[in-house]
Amino acid sequence: MSLDESVTATDHDVTTPVTSHEREEGRRSHSLLTGSDRRTLTLMTAVPSFLHIALVWIPAIGTFILSFTNWNGVRWSSLKWVGFRNYEQLFTVFEKDLYESLFNNLWVMVALFFLGTPLGMLIAYILDRNLKGSAIYQSIFYTPVVLSLAVVGFIWRSVIYSPGQGILNSVLGRTEPGNQIDWLGNPDFLIPITSEYGLSKNFMALIAAMIWVHVGYVMVLYLAGLKSVDPNLREAAAIDGANEWQVFRQVIFPAMKPVNIVIMVITVITSLRVFDIIDVLNNPIGTDVLSILVTDNILGESGNVGRGSAYGVMLLLVCFGFAIIYLRNAFGEED
Amino acid sequence: MTTRKTEIGGYPSPAEWAKDLNRRTVLKGGVALAGLSAIGVSCGSDAATEFTGAIGDAGGALTIGSNASDPAPQAGLAAVVGSFPNENVEVTINTLDHNTYQENINAILQAGEDDVLAWFAGFRNKFFADQGLLGDISDVWDQVDGLGAGFLAASTATDGKQYFMPTSYYTWAVNYSKSLFAEKGYSEPSNVDELLSLADDMASDGITPFVFANDGQWPIMGTFDVLNMRINGYDFHIDLMGGNHEWTDERVRNVFSTWESLLPYHQTGANGRTWQEGAAALETGECGMYLLGTFAASASEALAADMDFFNFPEIDPAIGAGALDAPIDGFQMIAEPKNAAAAKELLLHMSTATAQDAYLSEDPSVVASNSGANTSVYNDLQKKSAALASSATGISQFLDRDTIPDFAGECGNMFAEFIEDPSKVDSLLSDLEEKKVAIFADYS
Repeated sequence: MSLDESVTATDHDVTTPVTSHEREEGRRSHSLLTGSDRRTLTLMTAVPSFLHIALVWIPAIGTFILSFTNWNGVRWSSLKWVGFRNYEQLFTVFEKDLYESLFNNLWVMVALFFLGTPLGMLIAYILDRNLKGSAIYQSIFYTPVVLSLAVVGFIWRSVIYSPGQGILNSVLGRTEPGNQIDWLGNPDFLIPITSEYGLSKNFMALIAAMIWVHVGYVMVLYLAGLKSVDPNLREAAAIDGANEWQVFRQVIFPAMKPVNIVIMVITVITSLRVFDIIDVLNNPIGTDVLSILVTDNILGESGNVGRGSAYGVMLLLVCFGFAIIYLRNAFGEED
Repeated sequence: MTTRKTEIGGYPSPAEWAKDLNRRTVLKGGVALAGLSAIGVSCGSDAATEFTGAIGDAGGALTIGSNASDPAPQAGLAAVVGSFPNENVEVTINTLDHNTYQENINAILQAGEDDVLAWFAGFRNKFFADQGLLGDISDVWDQVDGLGAGFLAASTATDGKQYFMPTSYYTWAVNYSKSLFAEKGYSEPSNVDELLSLADDMASDGITPFVFANDGQWPIMGTFDVLNMRINGYDFHIDLMGGNHEWTDERVRNVFSTWESLLPYHQTGANGRTWQEGAAALETGECGMYLLGTFAASASEALAADMDFFNFPEIDPAIGAGALDAPIDGFQMIAEPKNAAAAKELLLHMSTATAQDAYLSEDPSVVASNSGANTSVYNDLQKKSAALASSATGISQFLDRDTIPDFAGECGNMFAEFIEDPSKVDSLLSDLEEKKVAIFADYS
């Protein structure tokens, strides 16, 4: 429903009953827009449009334009146009950083999609069965989402992964000098793709921390969705002899379609913009992602806005890809 | 690039790295006054202000931007301001978290809110001076007394003018635990062979010779610095940092070969270990030596009481062991300060022994830059730092202060990858050289 339709509908409610003459009605309802209605209408479209253009389009286009410059971000006079040089360097000089980041963003997406999200759904499904102390479990699983990032960084770096003093090495009995596991520092590949690229061990350690946060987020969303599923559906399926898995797979899951889509979108967005946990864990070697490359280049005392913007455009292109897939699906459904 | 030849005169002092805390603190001062004085005194450019060296002429408000977010340095700076004899100047200190401050220095320099900013000597000061973001304080330097030629060189930009006022420094050396050395009968080595045999003794005693910690990818830059200065000399090191040598050069390659031969004496898993955890390994006697700034002592009081250090010994007798990293901290003035007259008076005051004594009374972990500072209150580490630096034949500022920050980050990555797999050194070095060319071209 568009904005116009909704305003017209409201007019009907507050004015005279609908007449049978459609044309007359159209004209009248138009003329019934008072000055304040018009102002409201204008504001309601203008303010969001303005914000959208100012906060989304102008920065995006600005980034695109700046990606053709060499500029330290200090004075406009020092800005130099360099054509495609930044892009060329991205693929010739800094190619390892770029490909490593693209792979890492992909790894996050795969891990959240196949581990984080299903785990969150499973926990939500179990907690939905009105277990004793369900609220306590919910709070525990949700805690990582509300913790400050400084705390998250401390927990994972100092409490869990610290080679000499961390919980993990203590539990595994690997605290002796020489046999300690270097969780955050070891860039050897867990899953090699080529000799230079793959899923590194320390990045997997970071992904574990991301999953830890993501699970709680998905759980809360899914739990809210499950509450809205008609319990009769479940009963009916059970009477028909469906087992637990079949009930979920054939009845609950399809009924939850809108929530599933939201969760999928969140999973994709999270994996594309992942930055915070890597940054608070000090961005060990082999753990670059696109957003880290953007900020590393643009921020910092020797800001290199041109190259950072070129990385930003790369991220934008990747996001466009997913946005197109999503929109195509979303509109495909409505037809 | 070789302007910074040096020996440091006088007694300097170690400043601090790990600054945490996250708040902008206003210690002193009136916001309203700041606005008033901007109208009253300003006239901005230094040409308009004749600096005579007399403290007391200026008035109005003055703002210092500071990264001293740890309690001791913060109290130290407040003490410096407290000792400023010009009562007519209302000084405000804006303290930001250490890392936030450094990441935003570009914006802070241009915002024009803070007249005087805490910063680092050498390349990182020159970098901003060359972009016209800093105010010339050569006239303040004309009045300075008690700072050696090394400090002057480290404060001078490409145009030959001074843009920095050094207040303190600290040294990088091989730290060790006095009690462990006494217990095992170890002694300080005077050349690399003695160092290796000491390391062998430690290994046979079940002690890992060297702490190795590289979380954040800056600590082991110190190892590269010292090896390069011992093997190729100070001038080569500074030229390499300035982008004037190729990283694929045989001489650089030699540094990595030597480093590789030393790696078995180091802790494994360095990349995931913080320097504080490294300091803990030194304290417990798990490891015998730790090449780090003397700030290692700040990790714990027990370590501070038991720690001593020696200069990294010579590798090549023709080159000797005279060069070392001794990062200098101090203050700079923005290009168009709101209150240039007061800023210059304060900067001159900061260079004096009086101001530095006031600072050291709150933060005894550092050594003053002024030779007239009161050294009788120094602890053993401070005295040794000062002696080491004053006998040095070449002082570098540490890799991330001696080259373009972007490039320093690439070096940090390269070193981290190198210690994980030294066999990749050649491809890592040619990658680094490619990046060097690209990054230096951006700033030429």
